Amino acid sequence: MNRRWAGLLLISPALFVIGIFFLVPLVLSVVSSLQAKGGSWTLAHFEKSFELYSTDMLFTVAIVLLSSALIAVVAIAIAGYLTLGEHERTRYLLRWLYRWPLFIPFIVTGQVMRTFLAKNGMLNHVLIGGGLIEPLAAQSLLDWRGIVIAFVWKQAPFVTLLLAGAMASIDVQHTEAARNLGAPRWRVLLGIVLPQVRGTLLVGVVLSFVTMLSVLSVPLMINPNSPTMMTVDVAYRISSHGDYAVANALCLISLVFASLGAWVYLRHAVKRVGGT
Amino acid sequence: MRAVLIGLLAFVIFGPLANLLLWAFAERWYYPGKLPQEFGLKFWVQVFQPRGNAVQSLITSVWIALLTVAFCLAVAVPAGFALARLKLPWRGFILLLFLLPQAIPNLPIYVNIARMFYEVGLNGTVFGVVLVHASHGLVLAVWIASAAFAAVDESLEHAARNLGAGPWQSFSTITLPLAAPGLIASAIFVFLESLDEFTGTYFVGVPDVITLPLLMFNASMGGNYQIASITALLLLIPSIGFMLLVERFLKADVLAMVGR
Repeated sequence: MNRRWAGLLLISPALFVIGIFFLVPLVLSVVSSLQAKGGSWTLAHFEKSFELYSTDMLFTVAIVLLSSALIAVVAIAIAGYLTLGEHERTRYLLRWLYRWPLFIPFIVTGQVMRTFLAKNGMLNHVLIGGGLIEPLAAQSLLDWRGIVIAFVWKQAPFVTLLLAGAMASIDVQHTEAARNLGAPRWRVLLGIVLPQVRGTLLVGVVLSFVTMLSVLSVPLMINPNSPTMMTVDVAYRISSHGDYAVANALCLISLVFASLGAWVYLRHAVKRVGGT
Repeated sequence: MRAVLIGLLAFVIFGPLANLLLWAFAERWYYPGKLPQEFGLKFWVQVFQPRGNAVQSLITSVWIALLTVAFCLAVAVPAGFALARLKLPWRGFILLLFLLPQAIPNLPIYVNIARMFYEVGLNGTVFGVVLVHASHGLVLAVWIASAAFAAVDESLEHAARNLGAGPWQSFSTITLPLAAPGLIASAIFVFLESLDEFTGTYFVGVPDVITLPLLMFNASMGGNYQIASITALLLLIPSIGFMLLVERFLKADVLAMVGR
């Protein structure tokens, strides 16, 4: 048998699964969001989505952008210390510490944060016990702040892992030359190391950005009331109204947000695939 | 200064987990108590009673995850081999297609799969949930399988073929065993993803298939933090176990081949 056809034959079941369970639902989503009851085409579902949920759209974008920025900062700081830090034991501790949330599922993160950040949660008890805040000043963080904290807690280790790997493969001579010339470590990190791992940072942050856009459990558990994230609205439209049209319109709008990120990501990935 | 920062990070990472542990063993914990007023295993007994929901959910979850792994490997191993070793037309396009499900939000996919399944009666069935988990896990499985095969030294296969082994024999005695650690890693990834999956099960599994994440969610929303925390701990054990094991199976040479 021709090797070409053998290859296609071997890969066809996987392509079939992706086609049926990924491409078909995606097309259905587009169709359903654009079709009126009678079958004619309409933009009414999108109008309704913007009418009802434009606050939530802004809320969603703001939360995801803020979380992405914080994730990048945390990842650069930790990966930077792992690469350039001079205190051997601190580096060892840090490497052991930062990974813990890596494989913790979002749903567990939601539950954990729901108790930790609550008004009578451990965070407030520790802050009060440490004399940092007055007992009366204790407040629940279970709003947009809780979502951001949960997202950063869960996703920063992932980006750090990617980034630390990329930083480790940089030529040590560059950083040492700069250190010998008297550059402080933070300048070496920002001026020499970071530009060389920009691609990895970008991929990690974009993947996190897209992931956070479609997480349902965290906003549902931490902040289910309006204003909330669009995923919660989608679930609500379906479970309470059976309204698949508006739900799909909302999905597609969040897909547009994601595709801005995905575009950056795919461009980078294709460049890598094409380059090898 | 250094010690303070490390201590702070340790609190940020372990504080939330410690809070979870406290809740799991709290028999009574009323506001404004800093710690539970009474510790105990009452809720563990409740969770693990033979006819309890939790045991049923645990069995359902593990069964679904095992079926998902079997399904994914059956499809991903040939696909990964083809991507790594055989000449494929439109290879770049196919790789891109396997990238896409990771690069766009999966909510519209789940919502509409649920609708499709509703039409054909797959909603609320274990098989339906397995298909949803498999379609998501497949992406990772194909990537890792392809990387695992690409990392196997091709000259070993040539040597086997030169010594008279057939294509199947050289695959099953040389290529497959050498790629096995990578394949095991991909199986573990798929298993964990399935075990932890919430959104797809939430739309497709209701009302009959209650996996562990759904049980946890229901308990938490119902205000039963003890049951929710114990269930969360059950979900944490495989995740953390894997974090400690991952480097044994996913070696650097395989990682370097991901996406190539």
